[in-house]
Parts: sequence; C-alpha cells; structure tokens
Amino acid sequence: MADIAAVEARGVVKVFGGGQDAVRALDNVSVAIRQNEFFTLLGPSGCGKTTLLRLIAGFEQPSAGEILLNGKPVEHLPPYQRAVNTVFQSYALFPHMTVAQNISFGLEMRGTPKEKTAGVVEEMLGLVKLSGLGGRKPTQLSGGQQQRVALARALANHPEVLLLDEPLSALDLKLRQEMRSELKNLQRTTGITFIFVTHDQEEALTMSDRIAVMSKGQIQQLGAAIDIYERPVNRFVADFIGDTNFVEAAVAGREGDYLRCRSAGGLDLLASPASNAGAGTKVTLAVRPEKITLKRNGDTGTVAQSVYVGTDTNYDVRLADNMRLNVRVQNAVDGRPQFAVGDKVGIDVPAGATRLLQD
Amino acid sequence: MAEQTLTAGTDLPAITRSRGNRPRKALDLKYQPGFGTVAVCCLVMLYAPILVLAIFSFTAGDSITRWGGFGIRWYVTAIQNEGFHHAALTTLKITITATIVSTLVATAAALATTRTRRWPGQTAAFMVINLPLMVPEIITAVASLSFFALLASVLHINFGLGNLILVHTVFCIPFAYLPIKARLEDMDLTLEQAAADLYATPWMAFRRVTLPLLMPGISAGAALAFIVSFDDFTITQLVAGPGQTTLPLFIWDHTRLPLTPEINAMSTILLGVSIVFVTLSFVIARRRRK
Amino acid sequence: MAAADIPAPTERLVKAQALVRKRWLKSRYGLVAPAIVIVGVFGILPLMIMVIYSFLKAGDYGGVQWIGSVEAYVSFLFQRDIFDGTLSFSSDYLEIYIRSILLAVMTTVFCLALGFPTAYFMATRPLSQRTAWVFLITIPFWSNLLVRTLAVMLIIRDEGVVNDVLRWFGLIDKPIIMLYTDFAVMLGLLYSFLPFMVLPIYASLEKMDFRLVEAGFDLYATRGRVLRRIIIPLAKPGIVAGCLLVFIPAIGAYVTPLILGGGKHLMIGALIALQFGSSRNWPLGSAQALILMAGVLVALLFYVRSSTGKAQTLHG
Repeated sequence: MADIAAVEARGVVKVFGGGQDAVRALDNVSVAIRQNEFFTLLGPSGCGKTTLLRLIAGFEQPSAGEILLNGKPVEHLPPYQRAVNTVFQSYALFPHMTVAQNISFGLEMRGTPKEKTAGVVEEMLGLVKLSGLGGRKPTQLSGGQQQRVALARALANHPEVLLLDEPLSALDLKLRQEMRSELKNLQRTTGITFIFVTHDQEEALTMSDRIAVMSKGQIQQLGAAIDIYERPVNRFVADFIGDTNFVEAAVAGREGDYLRCRSAGGLDLLASPASNAGAGTKVTLAVRPEKITLKRNGDTGTVAQSVYVGTDTNYDVRLADNMRLNVRVQNAVDGRPQFAVGDKVGIDVPAGATRLLQD
Repeated sequence: MAEQTLTAGTDLPAITRSRGNRPRKALDLKYQPGFGTVAVCCLVMLYAPILVLAIFSFTAGDSITRWGGFGIRWYVTAIQNEGFHHAALTTLKITITATIVSTLVATAAALATTRTRRWPGQTAAFMVINLPLMVPEIITAVASLSFFALLASVLHINFGLGNLILVHTVFCIPFAYLPIKARLEDMDLTLEQAAADLYATPWMAFRRVTLPLLMPGISAGAALAFIVSFDDFTITQLVAGPGQTTLPLFIWDHTRLPLTPEINAMSTILLGVSIVFVTLSFVIARRRRK
Repeated sequence: MAAADIPAPTERLVKAQALVRKRWLKSRYGLVAPAIVIVGVFGILPLMIMVIYSFLKAGDYGGVQWIGSVEAYVSFLFQRDIFDGTLSFSSDYLEIYIRSILLAVMTTVFCLALGFPTAYFMATRPLSQRTAWVFLITIPFWSNLLVRTLAVMLIIRDEGVVNDVLRWFGLIDKPIIMLYTDFAVMLGLLYSFLPFMVLPIYASLEKMDFRLVEAGFDLYATRGRVLRRIIIPLAKPGIVAGCLLVFIPAIGAYVTPLILGGGKHLMIGALIALQFGSSRNWPLGSAQALILMAGVLVALLFYVRSSTGKAQTLHG
C-alpha cells in the first residue's frame, strides 16, 4: 500500500508583494495527498487554500519549497505541462465555443484525433447527465448545467488529479446538495484524486475522505472528518468547525487516559488527550454543545435562554462565576423542548468528550 | 436661501402643481430643469445643417438654395464625375491600407501593453502610441510635410502615395488601439488560465481563446481607423502631392468653383459612408454585450 | 513574520522562471515594436525635424537653407525694419495667437454649457432611448468635419437657407451677413466640437452610481445643490476630458476658419499653413507650430495634474 502520494507539497512558502507589504499566503506547508482520495482544503477566506490549489495547478509558483505530482517535481512547470485539471469557481467556460467544443478542448490541445474526441465528449456528457446538450453555447445553460460542463471539460482529459476551486459556491442550496453527492459519486467512479477547496464546513465534512483545516497560511489540522470534528487540536479548529464551548480551566491531575480539570462555575471535567501537565497549569478546554447532558433539578446552573431549532433546542445555561455554556439537547419524542427557561439543571459531561486544546 | 425643510428638494411642490397632468416629474430625482430642452436644441442644431445639405442634394433644379423639385440628377452627375472616381479610388487605396496596417500594429501593441505585469518602458510606449491624439492636426500636417520634403530633397526618397499612407497609418494607430485595449481589459482573465490548464500553450491559448474573443474590439478599432482616415482633410491637404486627390480634397476643390447641388450630393455620399460605419460599430458593440 | 527569512526556491524553479521572464520580455518588446517604429519614425521624427527647421534660415523658394538662425523666433515678436535693420515690437502674430486662444476658450465654455445638460439628459434616459441618443450624437462625432462645416457655410451664406427663410417670413429685407465673420467661425467651432464634449461627459455620467444622488436628496439637498455638489464633481473626469478634446483641436483649428472665416481674421492654424504655402517661410511656420505645441502641452499638464490630484483625493 506504499503508493506514491498523488500530490505532495514540501515546505511550500508563498509570499506576495515585497518589503513591508509582503503577505505570507502560505507558510511552510507540507502535505501528502493520497491516490484516489477526496481531499478537501477547508478554511476561511485568506487562509491560503486557494493559493495552495493554484500552486498545484501551476498558475503561481512557490516562493520556496517543492510540489510533486506522483513523485515528480512540477513546481517549475507551466500549467499546460502538468497532468492536472481545474474546475474554476466561475467555471471559465469558453463563451464562443459550444459545450462539446469546450469539453474537447483539452483533448484537442494534446493532439487527440477527432474520431476519438467525439467519443470521449459523448461519454463525458453522459457522465454529468447533460447528454444531447453538446451543441449549446454556455450562455444558454443554467448555472448548474454550466458547472457540470466545467466538470466534464476537466474530466475529459483523465487527469491524475482534479482540482476544484469552490465549485459549488454559486449554486443555490438544493442544487448544491445534489451536486455534493454527485461529485462524491464521480470521484468514486472515476477513481481520480480530487482536491476540493471550500469554506463551507458542511461540504467538507460530508464529502471528504480527509480534510486539511487551514488558517493564516498554515495547516492547522489534517485528518478524516470525524477526527477533525471530535478531536480538534487547537482553538481555531474547534471554533471553525461546528459550535464549541471554550472553558478556561486548571489542571487537577492525571487520571489514566484523561486529565482532570476544574474550571470556574464548578465544572469538573475529564479531558483528553492526557498530558503530564502539573497541577494548577492553566489550560483551554473545548466541549461540544451536544455532548453536554442536562440533569433535572440539579444545582450547577440555570437555563437562561432557550432557542428552538427544530430537531434540537439550544440552551444557554448560566453557571456560577458568570460561566456560560451552550448546550444542545435533542427535543423529546413529542417534539417539545425538554427544559424551560428558569429550570435549575445539573451538568454532566462524559469522560473524553472534553478536548484539551494546544495553543 | 430657501430653508431646509424636511422634504427632499424644497423646489418640488411648485413643479407638482404646475404640471398637474405629469406628477411623475416632481418625483423624478433625475430631472434637472431645462436640461431636456437644451439637449433637444443641441440635437436639432447638430442635425439641421447636414439635413439641409442632404435635402438639397435631392433637388432637381440648378440652384443650391432654391428647391427645384425632387430628383437624383446630381447624384448621377457626381457618380459619373471622373475626378470623383479618381478621388474615391485614391481615398480607398490610402484608407484601406492604412486601416489594415494600423489595426494589425495596434492589436499587437494592445496585447503588449494591457493586462500585463509592468515592463520597463511601458508607460513611454503608451504615450508614444497615443501621441497623434495629443497633437493638433495642423502641426502633424506641417511636420509631416517638412519630413517628406526633407526625404525628397536630401535622400531623394519619395514613396508617392505611400507618403500619405504612412501619415494616415500614424494617426490611425491610436484610434484602432484604444477600442482593442478596452476590449482586452474587459476580458475574463480566467479564460486564458483555463486554456493553459487544458494544455494550451500560450500561442494556442491566444489563437483559440483570446483572439476570437478580441475580434469585436479589433473590428471596432478597424472601423474607427477607417473613418478617421477616410474623413481626413487637414493633414492630407498639406502632405498630398499633385494627383493625390482624396475625396475630401476633391470636395474642397469644388467649393472654389460656382456652387451646384453636385457638391451636396458628393457631401451626402461621404456622410452616408460615416453613417454606415457608425452603425456597423454600434451593431458590433451590441452583439459583443451578449 | 519577518520577510527576510524566506527560504530560497528550488534551482529548477529559478531557472525556469528566468527563462520564462526572458521570453516574456522579448515578446512584449516585439509586439509593441511595430507601433513604436511607425509612430516614432513617421510621427515623432517629423516633429523633431520641425524643431530643427525652426532654427534654420528660410529658403528662397520655400523649404529651408541649412544655415542656423533664430530669425524665426525673433520675427514672432519683432519686426525687422528693411532699411536699417532695427527691431521693433510687432504684435501681429501675438494678436492672432491671443485671438485663437480666446476663441478656443470661448468655444470650450459654450460647448460645456450646452454639452453638459445634453450629456446629463442622455444619461438619465431609460436604456432604450439612451442607445438612440448615443447613436444620434455619435454620427456627427465621426462625420467628415469638412462636410459638416460646408453644411454650416451653405446655410449661413447670404443666399443660404437661414436668410431665405427670414426673408420669406418678411422679417428682414437684406440678407444678414453671417459668413466670413468671427461669429461664423465661432458658430462653426461650436458646431464641430459639441459632440466631442457631450460624449466624454456622457460616458462619465453613465458610469455614475445614481444612488449617490439619491443619498444627496435623502439628506435634504435641493436639485441645484445635488447638481453642484454631487453630480458635477462625479462627472469631473468626463468634463476634463471633454474640455481637452474641444480645446486642443479648437486652438489649432484649420478647416473651420478656412471655410467660414474667409481669410480676413487669421487663426493660428491658417497662419502656420500660410508659412508653408504662399509665404514660403518654413522656419517661421515651424516656430509658430512649436509655440502652439507649447501651449497645448501646458493644457495637457493641467489635465495630468488635475487627474492625478483627483485620484488621490478620491482614494485618500
């Protein structure tokens, strides 16, 4: 299983501008993307994800570091010499060519004979469910259809890697959800390595094999969706993905695989990963709202606010010392919220549900 | 000064009242009093002389000021005029050549100076290319005259009609350059990136993506260059040698003779050419917007 | 995040980038070369030759003699007495220049006064009407100047349409003399250059974000104030461009005074042409042309200064 990485970045740095205005868009980024993987670069705008994508595609060159495609260095090659294709955010379909001509463009550029091209175009149109629309011009298509043409145009070349730059951001919600499953299926069917860029965490979590969460030019955490969600390593990842309660606490002591910590408001939590931090060390803990259980008639806190969101209710619970926790509880079977404003409740957090954040 | 009461525009109520049947004007924020009248007057003023000129070209009489019934005899005369033919031919030779050369040259120059990382000398190049626009025609005319006189007397070089073609090309270049540059700037940069992503070398990307999309700009530039060269009088008059009469020069010569409606006819023909080209460039611009 | 400690790119990248840059630069220069050569040799070189000519002596039958002399510049302001060679100040040429400048300025002002309302009106029409208006104004813009000026001449002649109509209505007995007067030249200039003022201002106003005007009204401004304080400043680039496009050709106008002026009151254009024609004084003509060019450059400098200053205030 020791495959070469489909794409590898080694110590990549990208600096824009010079002197005092220099912006370090990528700061010593190293990552290896596996063959046949659906890999996502996730982060807020300005985090460097698009820059990294453009470096892999060849539209920019790194200020330092190497980029390897299937083990071969490519950072010095122009885009038309890399076996990589891109689906652009704005689709970038050639307006003066038909759909079929758009799709066959890459094949034409590589000298594929016309007979073969026609076949591939038909195959691609079928793959993206646009059969019969080969003769239309891009301006005659809807947004969703244009997006599929962009996909087909890239896939027609059987690239080693397919790069997708926020391709779903221009679509409305329903279409986006449809396309998510279609893209996932496409990746599985074709077996091509997909590198997907998005700022939408739901997209990342639902589609990816692995996610790289980026911020300020660096990869904050790399792992499968469940790892990123359940075991965030630092404050940024815990905050960016889903909702989190941040609790400042002090270490009480190690208990096996866990670290016992105490915080204001009377919380006593067993956090993981355990470390050998001494008693009294100040730490930041992260607790997901849905992991917290509220017990009736407790005395740890009071429900201050209750917000109904359909499947759950979000409770704002006030503890002693001005501590607040956001708790999400699934609504009872009969659809009614389980707690009301003013209820006194106890807090229960299972061991290990609390994450110790590095910072 | 009028008090600042709490209604937008204290001068509105009077208008509402006096134009009861058009209350919309009072609320029309774009309305400025009198501007519409001025605009219409200007339009009338701009067209009145040329309409009169055109109308009188269709007179059947002999007088340029007394209407003699409708007829096209003066167009017939004009078209059969040998001098007119010769002038038209000369004009076309000069104008078509100048248009082709200036458009090609301007396209290349636009590609070099637009949407590109700065290169040393870029601003200077831009200024040189647009220089003819900033020099009054009479100065260009006498400078060119001096130049060709020098060439002829000292180096014994005379390009004949080529002199005029070269001079026309020079002032046509900026007129072709600017629309092409504008069109290039409007173009989506990512299209060329997409082409490169799809294995197109820079030359192939230019041929298959940039150039087809640039064509409206090139056509507009060529149309402008054509009109500007076709209509030129000042420079042509001073640089032209014997026998190098263009249409504008021919018409000018005719103003020295007793005036007949033939001059109206010839002038209207020239106006017709301009109108055709303006319409063409409008149609091209409209199609591009799709 | 010190910018100083950036590690170096790989060797192959550096080499590839150097090669690309060399090829790129060559392509830039290569593409722009034909334009530069043509304009340089047949546009700039003639101007330089004219400069040289202005410092030479006039030839007997036109052209020049290759003898250095500043006679041309001297004779711009002074006249040499034929008998004793003394110089006396002569304001003939100066008058012509001043008159031309005044006429050009007046033309610009009138064009602005008429052109701005027209452009504003056009820019505020609904889209379908707007295209029609732009089309109608563009036609005279690109029509033959000679023909348009001829059209004006034909109607203001003594036997022209204007006089005919006035006579027919019994308003006058004798024709009003309009042709070959300063009025005719003024009218001709105004007529020729009005579209040159309208279209740039229109272009500026069309791009204007009308919500800024709405904001002005929302903040209790009257129509006049909105016009003065919001619309006109926003249209400034177009106004400046329009003024330049009118002033520069107007000051060197040749066709209009030729056809409508009748050679009595000379303007600079005719004066220069005269030196290269029957007056056979090429150095003088060159000098006069250069002095005109200097005036144009001053106007252009104002433009550059005003537009760069403006850019700073808008973005500052």
